[in-house]
Amino acid sequence: MSWFSKKQSPVPMPDSERTVKTEGLWQKCDGCGQIIWRKSLEDSLHVCDKCGHHFRIDARERIRLLIDEGTFEEKDAAMATSDPLSFVDSRPYRDRLKSMRKATGMQDAIVCGHGQMQGRPVEICSMELKFIGGSMGTVVGEKITRSIERCIAGRVPLVIISASGGARMQEGAVSLMQLAKISAALMRLDEERIPFISVLTDPTTGGVTASFAMLGDLNIGEPGALIGFAGPRVIEQTIRQKLPDGFQRSEFLLKHGFLDAVVPRSELKSYIAGALGFFVGN
Amino acid sequence: MNPSWARVQLARHPKRPHSLDYINKIVEGFQELHGDRHYADDAAIVGGFGFLAGRPVMVIGQQKGRDTKQKLIRNFGMPKPEGYRKALRLMRLADKFRRPILTLLDTPGAYPGIDAEERGQAEAIALNLREMARLQVPVIAIVIGEGGSGGALGLGVANRVYMMENSVYSVISPESCAAIIYRDASHAAKAAEALRLTPDDLLKLGLVDGIIPEPGGGAHEDPDGASVALAAAATHALDELSQMDGPSLAAHRYDKFRQMGSFFSE
Repeated sequence: MSWFSKKQSPVPMPDSERTVKTEGLWQKCDGCGQIIWRKSLEDSLHVCDKCGHHFRIDARERIRLLIDEGTFEEKDAAMATSDPLSFVDSRPYRDRLKSMRKATGMQDAIVCGHGQMQGRPVEICSMELKFIGGSMGTVVGEKITRSIERCIAGRVPLVIISASGGARMQEGAVSLMQLAKISAALMRLDEERIPFISVLTDPTTGGVTASFAMLGDLNIGEPGALIGFAGPRVIEQTIRQKLPDGFQRSEFLLKHGFLDAVVPRSELKSYIAGALGFFVGN
Repeated sequence: MNPSWARVQLARHPKRPHSLDYINKIVEGFQELHGDRHYADDAAIVGGFGFLAGRPVMVIGQQKGRDTKQKLIRNFGMPKPEGYRKALRLMRLADKFRRPILTLLDTPGAYPGIDAEERGQAEAIALNLREMARLQVPVIAIVIGEGGSGGALGLGVANRVYMMENSVYSVISPESCAAIIYRDASHAAKAAEALRLTPDDLLKLGLVDGIIPEPGGGAHEDPDGASVALAAAATHALDELSQMDGPSLAAHRYDKFRQMGSFFSE
């Protein structure tokens, strides 16, 4: 027999009052499992102070972290895709775009513009993973190409922050050709001897890696970022084996010779500014 | 069967002529050149020099196998980084001696495997895209079967891009597309239609320059006829492009890809 027995049923209480709302205040670290107060995460540039795990951050947050305050001037913000295939899957692509625009406040998966890094002028492009997986369609292709053209016209260095699953399926071969378009523009930038710093963040895969992201004068990875051509699931299906730990992470690419450096987020701005100082400083 | 999916089946038809079939029929005195001078010789990409209707030309193409043994040797036409690097080496060689380049595109895609990732599959393709834009000689690309995404485009930055009548060119395979959209690869036929991957589709989208008609029921029924058609298109394009000097050719190629896109600003 138990020592205590319930004499009365609990006071009826609606479910909404039963739980303390902590959603949005705390975040679990994907690296070490630590629960982190979101406010302190923001102060630490969205990097876990315990294990150094780099959380994914938004395109605009990137620009805020890298560009001197008050110097950013966005370009082509209103550019939108005209849905060249009239693509329909489980729902029309047009509808998907509408809800994405509402959710992100952006027209497509990239922010481009002019700004300064520690006083040095740069053209910067920052990809938004939340917008259809950061996928590259006609708008991302055109905005990056225009950024490169502005770099050439004004003799200004280029910085691209990649975060993307690759080419955008919903725009079919038009997306595919953006790889060639951007890479061709980078050939011209190369001939003009204007520096291009490519920063690869978690995740950068597919057609984005297989075009501009790998073509930097410097290719810089964020710690722990997934970077590859094929996604890990595709490779596992092909070879029918589990992939080794750390496969396709920044450190793996560094070891195999495809990144110049892996730079923590806290040092990224001074690293890039320093590199630009070496390439184009007096 | 919807027409797009039927076209995919034809593009993959086991009897369809592959790169070496075309090369052996139309390129006189073909000499295959091997290796990327860094790591290995990738059998999924073949390349070499020879003469097309009397004109010297560097020919490079993805190569599929026909029987099981050949399929394995050719890795099902899925190149690894060393294949793309071999291709680039041969293209630069052609560029150095001012010889035009003909590429034949036929791959399900670049190989997605551990070794390919370790050796920089993405970097190899990316570099080809940029360096093909720089070439100062005529470049003609013809999709002869499967134009599988970046793996195909890695040989495809050309002044003229043609598709054989029963070929396809796509950003993703219909099976993979279906797996993403419907979580089920068996809906590939529907995905093939949505992707607009037939020669007519690409021509309408302004992404290719022309369609090379195939005889009768398709190239697999009459490889000789298909080879004649391919050679005629390539020769005609060569004649036209040979009028241009090096910088004009690079500029022409640049402008061609520069205008690809479909957007508006509100």
